[in-house]
Amino acid sequence: MEDLTDVYNELIMEHSMNSYNKKKLEKADFCEIGHNPNCGDEITLELKLNGNIIEDMAFLGHGCAISQASTSIMIDTLKGKTIEEAKEIIKKFIEMIKRETTDEEDLKKLEDAIAFKNVSNMPARVKCALLAWHTIENMLSKSDKK
Amino acid sequence: MNIKEIKKDFPILENKNIAYLDSGATTQKPKQVIQAIEAFYEKYNANPHRGAYTLSMEATEIYENTRTKIAKFINAKHREEIIFSKNATESLNLIAYSYGMENLKKDDEIVLSIMEHHSNLVPWQKVSKITGSKLNYMYIDEKFELSDEEIESKITDKTKIVGITHISNVLGTINNIKNIIKYAHKKGAIVVVDASQSIPHMQIDVQDLDADFLVFSGHKMLAPLGIGVLYGKREILNKMTPFLMGGDMIEYVYEQETTFAPLPNKFEAGTQNVEGVIGLGAAIDYIESIGYEKIQKIEKEIVEYAKQELSKLDYLTLYLTPNDENHSSVISFNIKGVHPHDVASILDSEGVCVRSRKSLCTTTYEIFGN
Repeated sequence: MEDLTDVYNELIMEHSMNSYNKKKLEKADFCEIGHNPNCGDEITLELKLNGNIIEDMAFLGHGCAISQASTSIMIDTLKGKTIEEAKEIIKKFIEMIKRETTDEEDLKKLEDAIAFKNVSNMPARVKCALLAWHTIENMLSKSDKK
Repeated sequence: MNIKEIKKDFPILENKNIAYLDSGATTQKPKQVIQAIEAFYEKYNANPHRGAYTLSMEATEIYENTRTKIAKFINAKHREEIIFSKNATESLNLIAYSYGMENLKKDDEIVLSIMEHHSNLVPWQKVSKITGSKLNYMYIDEKFELSDEEIESKITDKTKIVGITHISNVLGTINNIKNIIKYAHKKGAIVVVDASQSIPHMQIDVQDLDADFLVFSGHKMLAPLGIGVLYGKREILNKMTPFLMGGDMIEYVYEQETTFAPLPNKFEAGTQNVEGVIGLGAAIDYIESIGYEKIQKIEKEIVEYAKQELSKLDYLTLYLTPNDENHSSVISFNIKGVHPHDVASILDSEGVCVRSRKSLCTTTYEIFGN
């Protein structure tokens, strides 16, 4: 059994209990709901773009510590990045959680989001960690079409 | 037999160091059930009702004898009132499609309790949408029970179907289904009872209850996954059209027309889950070898101890009726400020298996304010 403190670490607990990213944006360009029907977790993600750059993001919703912290830390990680950079980071994060990549150097791009690495050892919680990342994936693919 | 001896019958509990508290989702299986399935494949495997050879006859005999065993187990009047299905969900869909869709009209009402499992709720939403009938709910009171006033205000002369769970899988509340059935019959409605959560814990007597339909899953009562039962009164089942079409449910097949087999085959299209039926028969033998009286005595001791210890924790909220006689063995709780999924992961790290999802009965949970 995984040592739980590896998963519920300080950074994750801080973001899940009291996230400064949990709010409504004054003016968002895109808004997307992410829902995990198995456990009932739901987030509403807002995105504001400045040209090709992710200028701001915020979220509202409810769910377990992992899904909420993952959303908040994702926002910190992606803010200020270009859409192309963001897509690369999202891809890496999903690969890390699904254990498709373990290359430490490669994972550095994820910044704080690397804190979720140990969730890859808990199959029952993979969906919790990925909820926000799949939601932003959908949003960005929509922004491409716009 | 004491609890330690009973535990030894369950190989998984010997093989793994866990406290398995999720029997409401599916029970573990005793070795008697596992061995019965093994014996079937080693000695009797053939397709029932199909071959003229001895082996197929033997398979047919075991399959049909189990039907008789189940009829006796729930005190059905006729053995052909027992229909095998995949699980309670499939049984309920059969009722919704073959009875609900055919008999309900605009302005008719379907009444469900708010504590129904999705399997006795979503099919009725579909029936309601297609037939134009109205779907109404009986809500629970502050004791997590259905009051007589609520039952009598919701079941009206327009009600044609009442769907009610015998025991709530979320609250553990035991509903007084005998009274509900009596009242529904007075109003001219038929009653569909979901006994999935009650049959592992208490004797079911369909004639005493006067249930029109009663369903349950095998896997929640020590039997294998993938086998379920639909009980229906013979006169109602006879009037219903088949749910699934195919082999073994026919009488004569012409190019454009088919006449159907009589009960129970009319509702058992295609090759059935024979190993599941055998396993269910072995599970019934096992339950009867211990006896409901003993089962209830053991459960009462464990539930009382759990309630006593859990109520000492001030960060924990219990959702159960204060009337012990109306409470079965499900204990729902919430830990303030911690999401159920996180609680389950933390308990799992200690080898304790609990249910944590809030989606299984979204409607019931909405009452909790989640």
